[in-house]
Parts: sequence; structure tokens; C-alpha cells
Amino acid sequence: MSEESEESVPLLPLQQESMASALFNTDQNDNSERRRHDNSERRRNDNAESETNGQPQSNVQQVVEQDEEEDEELTLKYGAKHVIMLFVPVTLCMVVVVATIKSVSFYTRKDGQLIYTPFTEETETVGQRALNSILNAAIMISVIIVMTILLVVLYKYRCYKVIHGWLIISSLLLLFFFSFIYLGEVFKTYNVAMDYITVALMIWNFGVVGMICIHWKGPLRLQQAYLIMISALMALVFIKYLPEWTAWLILAVISVYDLIAVLCPKGPLRMLVETAQERNETLFPALIYSSTMIWLVNMAEEDPEAQRKSKNSTYDKKAPANRTQNEDADADDGGFSQEWQQQRDNRIGPIESTPESRAAVQALPSNSQTSEDPEERGVKLGLGDFIFYSVLVGKASATASGDWNTTLACFVAILIGLCLTLLLLAIFKKALPALPISITFGLVFYFATDNLVQPFMDQLAFHQFYI
Amino acid sequence: MTLAVFFGCTFIAFGPAFSLFIFTIARDPLRIIILIAGAFFWLVSLLLSSLIWFIAVKASNPQDEQLQKGLLIFGVMFSVLLQEAFRFLYYKLLRKAIEGLVALSEDGCSPISIQQMAYVAGVGFGLMSGAFSMINLLADSLGPGTVGIHGDSQLYFLTSAFMTMVLIFLHTFWGILFFHGCEHRRWWEIAAVVIMHLTVSGLSFCNPLYVGSLVPSYLLMVGAAAWAYLLSGGSAQNLRRFLLCLRSGASPQPGS
Repeated sequence: MSEESEESVPLLPLQQESMASALFNTDQNDNSERRRHDNSERRRNDNAESETNGQPQSNVQQVVEQDEEEDEELTLKYGAKHVIMLFVPVTLCMVVVVATIKSVSFYTRKDGQLIYTPFTEETETVGQRALNSILNAAIMISVIIVMTILLVVLYKYRCYKVIHGWLIISSLLLLFFFSFIYLGEVFKTYNVAMDYITVALMIWNFGVVGMICIHWKGPLRLQQAYLIMISALMALVFIKYLPEWTAWLILAVISVYDLIAVLCPKGPLRMLVETAQERNETLFPALIYSSTMIWLVNMAEEDPEAQRKSKNSTYDKKAPANRTQNEDADADDGGFSQEWQQQRDNRIGPIESTPESRAAVQALPSNSQTSEDPEERGVKLGLGDFIFYSVLVGKASATASGDWNTTLACFVAILIGLCLTLLLLAIFKKALPALPISITFGLVFYFATDNLVQPFMDQLAFHQFYI
Repeated sequence: MTLAVFFGCTFIAFGPAFSLFIFTIARDPLRIIILIAGAFFWLVSLLLSSLIWFIAVKASNPQDEQLQKGLLIFGVMFSVLLQEAFRFLYYKLLRKAIEGLVALSEDGCSPISIQQMAYVAGVGFGLMSGAFSMINLLADSLGPGTVGIHGDSQLYFLTSAFMTMVLIFLHTFWGILFFHGCEHRRWWEIAAVVIMHLTVSGLSFCNPLYVGSLVPSYLLMVGAAAWAYLLSGGSAQNLRRFLLCLRSGASPQPGS
């Protein structure tokens, strides 16, 4: 990749990046909400399904109350497993990002900035630098807010084609263009001679398989791997193009925004979710990481083997929309529609079930299957979470004087934040954002470790004292 | 300094701990969470103790070598005390967690016992402590350089690795001892753990006279291991049956 094109790189894909980041944000929020409910709702499904087939939803509530105790033990049992199911991909993403940052110098080299952060940080005074970074962060956040609102508006006015086109373009960009750049830089770092034909073949295969896996069907592990890879690529782009103070500020402000957007009644994401609920359809599951496969509803056979064989994975961006048209009306990934119902019930109280929702419930796998396979209840985490966690850890490893200590501290802090968030979910059983706690812990530990712990550990290592 | 040094030191320092992790902790999600939470608690204690040290250093004269060293020693001691305090806090937290697990379980018993939690918490503390001591050293050992070229000890990396290993083990055993002491209200066990920790850290002040720091630490570790083993229900008989691969009545199988 020549130098000129490196500079032009920021311009073209920026639209996609910001949209993608907005998307990741929204989706992450949506899906964190959905994820919140995934755990609770799926457990309720376990107990509710035997009663709800064909019956009004109100019975569900009472049954659920009685089973609350068992639910919560199941929650904890599921909770621990689900936490680990999220720990592993988050860890993998961070490992990829840190490994890349440490070895490929391209991502720590300053090659300009995004157009969304126009103010430079190479200023004479600290005050000027602070001001510039605040302005940069403000611009970036406004871009994200605008994108989110645009998304909500598009969704409200049912411009599904536009949204799906947008998502397809984003993932095309990530899978082909950014991975091409990444591959090129890796080859440069290790001084590997490579011809264009081979590279073209490799990137083509990588990209096409990625598009198929993410947007349509594919083996679960491959899908998960692709999602981790594109999150890592996106995080690397942010790490490269965001100047230091701007990056930290953006992380902080995004957590606050996440908190507001998910919890405030007038938040765009909440409105998005509620609109989707009213229409009783899934939110475009764009860019969600799912830890298990979702039952395809038309495959709800009695035979668990058949079901297990015919499992399919979650996050097809366009696929659910298409599937809803092509197959049964409720051919949702069973979890989604049930979720929305439960969510609605939680928020608005028990309402009489519409034929649609009843059909959706009936079409779910029967109780026996679900109780036999509690492990199949998975968790979903929005890719935006992956990206911002990785940005934090990547920036820590790139710029910290404490280096590995700081990276490790941020890593542990983020994992603990994730754990706490899931715990809060289990306790409060309502939509909670995934970013604030982890990013707060991460930021606190980054600055504390870098400035306080590192000198201490340095001195200890120098004298070879042990604590 | 080469890959050989890097891998050698990594496996010396972290080999046993990783094996413990893989064989006893990695299978159970709850234990992994307890491990990471333990690491977090240790980290917080380190943070607070470095804050205190930092304030003390900034408030003092940077030119005075003796004072700085004295402050460092004070920092080490304070950090040890704070680590043990946080171990106690973690014990409290885990107790609450067990009560929660018991209250919510169907058959009235928690999926994990306090002894297992004690062990995992100890490993968590140990791993984090070892990682923070060792990781930057390992990263440096990959790069170019000559150890001890200015007259310092040439065994720096090796001894650091051994010290880290012994500390990880010690933290594991201290976890078991400490939690047992808290459970059964035996304050002398807790005091013993604190004193042992202070001793081991104090012995490290002898470095680079490694015979003064490593050998006693290993002896203390053996003592702590035996004590923890006895407290966890082990006995000479158990050990014998384990080593001879006997199971009660069954055909010879590796005892667990």
C-alpha cells in the first residue's frame, strides 16, 4: 500500500467507519438490551413455554414469579457460563489487537487523522491541545448521534433496503478493504514477498466467506471468528487514526452516551427498540456476536437431534428480514420474538397476546428440548462493545509507559466490568448498556496504573524487591 | 537474552500456575470468574498502595537515596498489609456470594465450596502478582542486551522467575490458610499468613544475595503447602494412597 493511498484511506471509508461505529453503537446498545433480556427471557422461556402455548401472556407472569427462585439459581448457573462465553471472544479480540499493535508498526504510526477529528493535537500549549481534543470528541460524538438518529428515522419510516444496503457496504469495506491493508502491513512487517495474484485470491476468499458467514449461514465458530476479526480491524483503525487525548475523551463520552441512550425514555436507541417491539419484528441483527446458535423456528421438530443438526446461527443482517418474508411469519430466531414479548410485558405489563405472538410462542421449540439443552441458551454482545474494549486495551498497549502492566490491568478491569454488567442484568432484568462500567474501570485503571503503579513497580524491579 | 531465556523464564515462573489453571480452574466458569475477581482485588490493593507510595515520594526529596529506599521499603510493607486486607475483603465478598448461591439453589447447597473459592482466590492473587512482577521482564528478555553488564547479578532473570513461581504458590496457600482462618475464627492463622507474607517480602530486600531470599522463601512455601494440605483435609495416609495410585477399594487408578 503506497503512502498516498494511505492518506486517502481516511477519506473514503470514513463515512463507513462513522456509520459503522454508529451502527456498532446502536446495535451494540440494542443488542446489549437484547442481550440483557436474552438471559432473563430465555430463562423465563424455560418455565413459561410449557404454559404459554396458546394461552394468554398473563399466566406467564405468575408462573414466572413463582419460579423466580429457581430462575435466579439458573441465572447464576447460566450467568457464569454466559460470562465465560463472553470473556473468551472479548479476550481473543483484545489479544489480536494487542498482538497487532505490538508487532505491526503501521498502527502506531501517525498518518493523519479522520475528518471527524479535524483538530490536530500537535499544538504548542497543553491548553490548546486539551481544547482541540475536546472539540474532536464533540464532533465525533455528534456524528455518532446524528447517525443513530438517522438510523432510527430510517427504521421508523421502514426504509429497510437503505439500512440493509448500508450494512452490506460496511461489512464489504471491512472484510475486503481493511483486511487488505492489514495483510499488506503484516507482510511489510515480516518482510514477506508476495505477489498481487495470491493476495487477490486470499482477500477474495476471505471476504466472500466472511460475507456469507456474517450475512447468511455458516458454521458458528467461523462466524464468531469473522466477527472478532472485523471488530479487531475496526478497533485498529480507531487506534491508528484517533490522536491520544481525543481517543480517551471519545471513550469516556461514548460510555456516557451509551448510558443515556439506553436508559433514558427518549433515547434514540430505546425508541428504536420500542418501535421494533411494536412491529413485533427483530431489529436488524447487524453486527451482534452470538455465542450459540438460534433455533430456526420452522425447524422446531420434536427430535432434538434433528434440531441440533439443523441449527443455524444468529446474526444474519438481512437474512431474518428475508426469512420473515419467505418462511413463517414468526420465523424469527425464536429468541427475538419471545424476547420482545417478554420485554413488552416487563415494560407495559401483561397484555393479551396477538395471534402473531401466540403463534410465535407456539412455534418455539417445545419445553422438552429447551430444558434438555440449557447450554444452547446463548448470549449476544454487540460488536460495538468489542470494538471499544479493544480500542481501550490497544491504546493502553500502544502508548502506555507501563506497557504490559497497564495492558494487563486494563484487560482485567474490562473483564470485571463485563462481569458486573452481566450481574446487574441478572439482578435488574432490564436493558442495561454494556460500555459504561467496563470503560470506566478501564480508564481508571489505565491512568492509575500508568502514572502510579508503573513507577512503583519500576523501582521494585530495579531493586528486585517483591510485594 | 534470547528466546531461550524468554521461554525458560516464562515456564519457570508461570508453568505450575498455568497447569493449576488448566487442570482445576478452566473447566468451571464460576471458578474462572472468581479467579479474575481475585486478580482484580489484588490489582486494586496494588493501586492503592502505589498511590500512597507515590504521594510519599512526591512529598520527599528525590535526591536523597537512603530516604527513597526507605520509602520504597515502607511502600512494600504497606502494600503487603493492604494485599492481606483486600484478601479479607474478598473473603467477605465470597461469603456473601456463597450465601446467595445457597439461598437460590434448589437443593440448598452451593455449587462451589468456600475451600474451593479460597484456592481459586489464592491462585488469582498469585497469578496477578506474578504477572505484574514478571511480564515486563519477560518482554525485555526478548530484546537485545546483556544481563549484569554493569556489575549486577547475571542471574537476574532466572532468580526473578523462581521468585515469581514461589510467590504464586505462596499466594495460593495463603489463600487457603487465610480463608480457613476466617471461616473458623482462628485469628492466629490469619496472623501467620500476614507475618509470612511480610517475611517473604522482607527477605527480598536481601537481593541480590539470592541465597538469603530464595531459599527461605522456598522453605516457607513448603511449610505453607503442608499446612494448607492438612487444613484441606489431607493427611499422610491420603498422600500415600495418592502416590501409590490406590483408590478406596477400586482398581488402581490415579487418586484425585
